[in-house]
Amino acid sequence: MQQILIYCKHGCKTMNTRVRTGAWVLGLLCALVAVALVSATIGPVAIGVGSVADIALAALLDGTTAAPAGHRTIVMSIRLPRIVLGALVGFALASAGTVMQGFFRNPMADPSIVGVSAGAATGAVAAILAPIAFPVALPVAAFVGALLAGFGVYVLASEGGRTPVGTLLLAGVAIQTFLGAVVSFMLVQAGRDLREAIYWLMGHLQHSTWTEAGIVAAVVVPGFLGLLVYARDLNVLLLGEEDAHSLGIEVERTKRLLLGVSSLLTAAAVAVAGVIGFVGLVVPHVMRLLVGPDHRILLPTSALAGAAFLVATDTVARAGTAELPVGIVTAAVGAPFFLYLLRNREVRTP
Amino acid sequence: MTPAIDVADLSVTLGGVSVLDSVSTSVDEGRFVGLVGPNGAGKTTLLRAINGALTPDRGTVRVAGQDIAGLGSRATSRLVATVPQSTASAFDFPVRHVVAMGRTPHVGRLGTRTAADRAAVDEAMARAAVADLADRPVTDVSGGERQRVVLARALAQDTPVLLLDEPTSDLDVNHQVRTLELVADLVDEGRTVVAAIHDLDLAARYCDELRLLYEGEIRAAGPPASVLTDATVEAAFGVRATVTEHPITGSASVTAFGDDGAREGDGRIHVVGGGGAATPLLHRLDAAGFEPSVGAVSADDRDAETARTIGADLVTIPPYAPVDDAARAAVADRLSHADAVVVADVTIAPGNRPVLDAVLDASAPVVVVDGRPLDERNVAGAAGRRLDDRLRDRSVVADEPRTVVDAVRRVVSSGTDGTPCRDIEADPRP
Repeated sequence: MQQILIYCKHGCKTMNTRVRTGAWVLGLLCALVAVALVSATIGPVAIGVGSVADIALAALLDGTTAAPAGHRTIVMSIRLPRIVLGALVGFALASAGTVMQGFFRNPMADPSIVGVSAGAATGAVAAILAPIAFPVALPVAAFVGALLAGFGVYVLASEGGRTPVGTLLLAGVAIQTFLGAVVSFMLVQAGRDLREAIYWLMGHLQHSTWTEAGIVAAVVVPGFLGLLVYARDLNVLLLGEEDAHSLGIEVERTKRLLLGVSSLLTAAAVAVAGVIGFVGLVVPHVMRLLVGPDHRILLPTSALAGAAFLVATDTVARAGTAELPVGIVTAAVGAPFFLYLLRNREVRTP
Repeated sequence: MTPAIDVADLSVTLGGVSVLDSVSTSVDEGRFVGLVGPNGAGKTTLLRAINGALTPDRGTVRVAGQDIAGLGSRATSRLVATVPQSTASAFDFPVRHVVAMGRTPHVGRLGTRTAADRAAVDEAMARAAVADLADRPVTDVSGGERQRVVLARALAQDTPVLLLDEPTSDLDVNHQVRTLELVADLVDEGRTVVAAIHDLDLAARYCDELRLLYEGEIRAAGPPASVLTDATVEAAFGVRATVTEHPITGSASVTAFGDDGAREGDGRIHVVGGGGAATPLLHRLDAAGFEPSVGAVSADDRDAETARTIGADLVTIPPYAPVDDAARAAVADRLSHADAVVVADVTIAPGNRPVLDAVLDASAPVVVVDGRPLDERNVAGAAGRRLDDRLRDRSVVADEPRTVVDAVRRVVSSGTDGTPCRDIEADPRP
């Protein structure tokens, strides 16, 4: 492990950042496609990798396939939407987590550190318990709740045009605690809806549709590109705000942008998939270990690794006889792996 | 000519406390200006106001004629580079990457670094002597090395103005001097440098000008020798100090005294010196508030130099000449008016015996400094030893220059009857 790490981080010094980034991104894209294909074969009806690829290619290129119509429906309407949405959610959470850890210069930071997930949970549980049901109410309520909580924390922590990172962190913790109390109160009153609410809170990708995937992609892709443009500024920001200012970074504006966009990504992910923990915390740490701290390479590789990780864990979650919420699997798999890295001092607290 | 930096009527309040109060100063292009002053005087705050990191309550800062308040960070960062006192190094970027971040103001957000950028980074690392650390993670290098990495980063920034906040505080003596010499070279190349420096001697040695900052105001400005005087150092730092000319660099050198320097001495003290033996005593007595006189010493003796520096009354003889009658009379006159006499650990030679004999006859109390062993400084044979014995018999003996001031204070306050009180720092020899 150690040797591989040393090679990955330092062995290719002669390569410039662009080439290294390209190589990593290509490799992780291949891994993501492979995981997705394998995932699409798994389920109550076993479908071979060959047919899955055939069906997917046919759908993409508008061609024909020899696969039976039933298999086509299963792959195109049930499994692939779920896989694509899972990939988008993992992509969003891991990129937001990477930015938050850099932004807060804190290894404990995760995508919902400013209360975004707690806000989403409040909105979602309120929507579930609401006496009148609308078909789209749940994700919309979660999304609105997430943005309101994030924005509220930002406003509470700002004073005189400045937002000290430490204050932001503490305001986030306070709001999360408060909203946690609100959610608990609602759950106590929940009655028959309790099971659905709990299930949502644990994170899930059931009943995913192409529409959901499309909406999430419309938020996540532009948001991610925006973060990528600011990757170099984020690097400089890691030196501290005062240094970043003297190196020409508009500190407060950059902070607002990074915080806003990554909260938006988190909100989009949480709104459709519920609170899926650990992806946004562990994946950036692991990737930082592999590629180093430069966000120009760390951000895209973390995002892709997050996507692959979530597709893989969701496959595990739905592979058993009774489907588990994917949040349980990500935490159950992620935490021991993270502890292993921590004990081997391969993850260092920044 | 527009000054490189022009600070006008600048006031800054931090946390309700006024840190800078109507500070105005300007720095010409190509000058190395040192900011000196006690802790909490506002040196760092002034630097932060110059680079635009904080917004002043009142006043303006102009760099190269442009008002910093109206410039964005990016425009400012092309004019001013800053080396802060300490830098966060949370993530393990390689040193080369940290230095390359100095190019941020010159590279577009989507642009790539050019060969010129890489050359600037390499040159900056070479000049700041961090080239051999290039591939080490910045989290693994020592504090002093990191300080030089940040200096390299500022060099890569390639700005006309460089601000340094305690650039040498973490450096060893070799790198202190090398860093300041590098800064002096940069200034020779036309850059303007303002540095907050704690070490007054280093500041005096390398800076073209100093600004003495305390209680939120610039209290003295100009060449080091005019800014650093006994009086300004005492007023700014609240400590008795003597400013002398450094024997090697020729720049001002500040020696601060602790409690023993409290200016409560009063009275005339005649010091018998020669060969530089009286110099530390003269500084200490002067710092303690006494009015020393010296003699008789050779006109080109170091003790004579010191006496002139501190403005002490001086009796001289021509170089290499023995003490003649005129000099002896002049010394006797000083002795008769003195409240106490101090005999430094001078060489006892036939040439200065008349002075020592005169001390034996004086009515004032005598303090003898027991420094160099008698055997090493007696060239008058048995007569010298007898003279030394008689001198010690009627004197208080102080065993080192540091205790002389105490001894003098005691003999002066205990009366002038000339009786020895040997309880102070008693001579260990029988």
